[in-house]
Amino acid sequence: MSVSPILQASGIAGGYNGHEVLHGVDLALYPGEFLGVIGPNGSGKSTLIKALTGILPLKRGEVCVNGRSLRDYKPLELARMLAVVPQLSVPAFAFTVREMVEMGRHPHQRGFGSLTPEDRKAVDEAVELTDITHLQKRAIDQLSSGELQRVTIARALAQRPRILLLDEPTAHLDIGHQLDIFELLVRLNREQGVAVLCISHDLNLATEYCGRLLLFSVGTVYATGSATEVVTAENLCAVYGTLVRVEANPYSGQPFVLHTRATEVEEEEV
Amino acid sequence: MSAARLVKNRAWVVLIVLAALLVVSVILATGIGSTHINPGEIARVLWSHLTGHADPTSANDSIIWGLRLPRTILAILVGAALAVAGTLMQALFHNPMADPYIVGVSSGAAFGAVLVATLGFTLSVGGFTLAPLVAFLCGLAVTFLVYALSRRSGRVPIGVLLLTGIAIGGLMQAVTSFMLLRQDTADLHNIMSWLMGSLAQSQWSHVWALLPYVTIGLVMVAAMQRDLNILAMGDETAHHLGVNIERSKFLLLLVASLLAAAAVAVSGIIAFVGLIIPHLMRLIVGPNHRVLLPACLLCGGLLLVWADVIARTLIHSGELPIGIVTSVLGSPFFLYLLNRREAAH
Repeated sequence: MSVSPILQASGIAGGYNGHEVLHGVDLALYPGEFLGVIGPNGSGKSTLIKALTGILPLKRGEVCVNGRSLRDYKPLELARMLAVVPQLSVPAFAFTVREMVEMGRHPHQRGFGSLTPEDRKAVDEAVELTDITHLQKRAIDQLSSGELQRVTIARALAQRPRILLLDEPTAHLDIGHQLDIFELLVRLNREQGVAVLCISHDLNLATEYCGRLLLFSVGTVYATGSATEVVTAENLCAVYGTLVRVEANPYSGQPFVLHTRATEVEEEEV
Repeated sequence: MSAARLVKNRAWVVLIVLAALLVVSVILATGIGSTHINPGEIARVLWSHLTGHADPTSANDSIIWGLRLPRTILAILVGAALAVAGTLMQALFHNPMADPYIVGVSSGAAFGAVLVATLGFTLSVGGFTLAPLVAFLCGLAVTFLVYALSRRSGRVPIGVLLLTGIAIGGLMQAVTSFMLLRQDTADLHNIMSWLMGSLAQSQWSHVWALLPYVTIGLVMVAAMQRDLNILAMGDETAHHLGVNIERSKFLLLLVASLLAAAAVAVSGIIAFVGLIIPHLMRLIVGPNHRVLLPACLLCGGLLLVWADVIARTLIHSGELPIGIVTSVLGSPFFLYLLNRREAAH
C-alpha cells in the first residue's frame, strides 16, 4: 500500500508494575480505515489503547501518529488528532449532555475563552450525528447505557479527530443499541473519513462491520487481515481455547461464529 | 430564548442574589453582638472610613471597625477559601465526598500549632504569632509529603493519593494527641478551641495575611476552570481531551492546599464548610465550574458570617468555637444530602 498509516505501532511493549502485558505489537491503521481488534479477556486489548494514546509508558517500540512519534506531540495537539471513547463508566458529576459534549472542544479552545461559533457548530454536528439532540439538557447520570455511550462518542466527535479509538463501545448494550453504535461508526468512517480502531468482544458484529480485523492473543497480534482470513475455527480455537463453528452469514457472506456445546462438536467429529 | 441561555441566566441570578445577601449579611452581622448597633450607624461608620473621615475615638467606630468588621471580613475570606478548596479537591478526586483537608492539610496544621504550644513559644513574627505561620507551613509540608509518597513512576494515581493522605493524617493525629496529653489544662483549653476552629482573635492583620493567598488562588482557579470540568470526568478522559493531567493535578492540589492551609492558619480547623457548600451549590447551579466556583465562593463566605454570629452570641459567657457551629449545622444537612442521593439512585 502506498498510503502511509495514520497510526502506527512498531514493536511496542509495556505493562504495569514490571508485569509486561504487551510483548512487541505491530499495528497499522490507515486513513479512512475501520479496523476491529478482537481477542480474549486479558489479552491486552485495553492496554493497547493505553499504549497508543501515551497513557502507558512504553518499554520498547514506538507509536507514530501521522508519521510523527507520539512523544513529540503536546497533549492538546494529540487531542485534536486522536479521540478516544473509553469503556463505559458512570460519571461522578451530573454535567448536562450538552456540557459533556462541549468538553470535546477543549483541545481547540484557548485561555479563559468561551465557545466560539466554530466550537458551537462542531458540538451541534456531533450531537446531530449521534442522534442525541433531544437529550442535550438532560443530566448525564440520568441516561441509559446506550444514551451515555452515544454522548461519549459525540464528545469524541466534537474533537474533530482524524482517528477514533473505541474500547468496547457495545459492552453492556442490548442488540438493538449494539447495531445502532456500529451503524453510527460505519457512517462516521465513510462520511467523515475518520479512521476507526474499535475493540470489540462481539465477533459477529466485528466481522460484519470492520473492514479489517486484528486478532489479539496474550499481548501479541495472532492474526490480521480480512474477516474471512482472521475469523476461522482454527484461529479462534488457538486463541480463545474453545471449540466453535464458523459459517458464512447467509445475508452478508461474512464469517459467523456459532456457539456449540463441547459434546455436540465431539459427536459430529466422531 | 435558547435552553443554554436560560441556564446561564439562572446561574447569573443565583450569583447576584448570593452577592447581595453577602453585602446585607456583612452589615447585619456587624450590628449583632453584646452591643447592638443599627444598620444605619454601621453604614455611616463604613462610609466614614471609605471617605477618610473616620473618628477612631468613638465607641461605635472601635466596635465596628476595630472588632466586628475585620472578624466578619475574615469569616468571608475563610469561608470562601474553604469552599473553593473543597470544590477543587472534589474535582481532583472525581468524588463529591472529598473535602479541603483530604490530603492532610488539617492534620499537618494541627501538628504544627500544637508543636509550637508544646515547645512553649509565644514568639511574634511580623505582627503574627508563630503558631499560625508554623501551622500553615506544616499543613503544606504534609500535603507535599503525601504527594511525594504517592508518586508511582512519574504519576500520582488519585486512589493512592487518597489512601496515603489517610495514612499520614492518622500518624500526624497520633503525634498531635500525644503532645496534647502532655499540656497544662489552661493551654489545653486554648489549643482545643483553635483545633475546633475559631475566629475569636480576628484582626485586620489576619485579613491582610489571608487576602493574597485567596486572591492568587482564585485567579489560578479561574484560569483552570475548563481543566477542572474535564478532570472531574476522570484522569484518562482528561488525558484524551488534551489536559496535561499530572501538571494540572499538581497545580490544583497546590492551589487547594494553599487556600486550605492559609484558612486553617488564621482560623483553626473549621469542619464541613468545604464539603457542604460545593454540594449545595452543585444542586442549585450544576457541576459546571465556571458558575460553581463563584457560587461556592460567595456561599462559603455567607455561611461562615452567620456561623460566626451564632458562635459569638449563642452562649453568654465567652463564645463557641465556630467549628462546632458548622459541624452541628453541617452534619444533619450532610446526612440529608446523602439520603437524597441514595433515593435518587
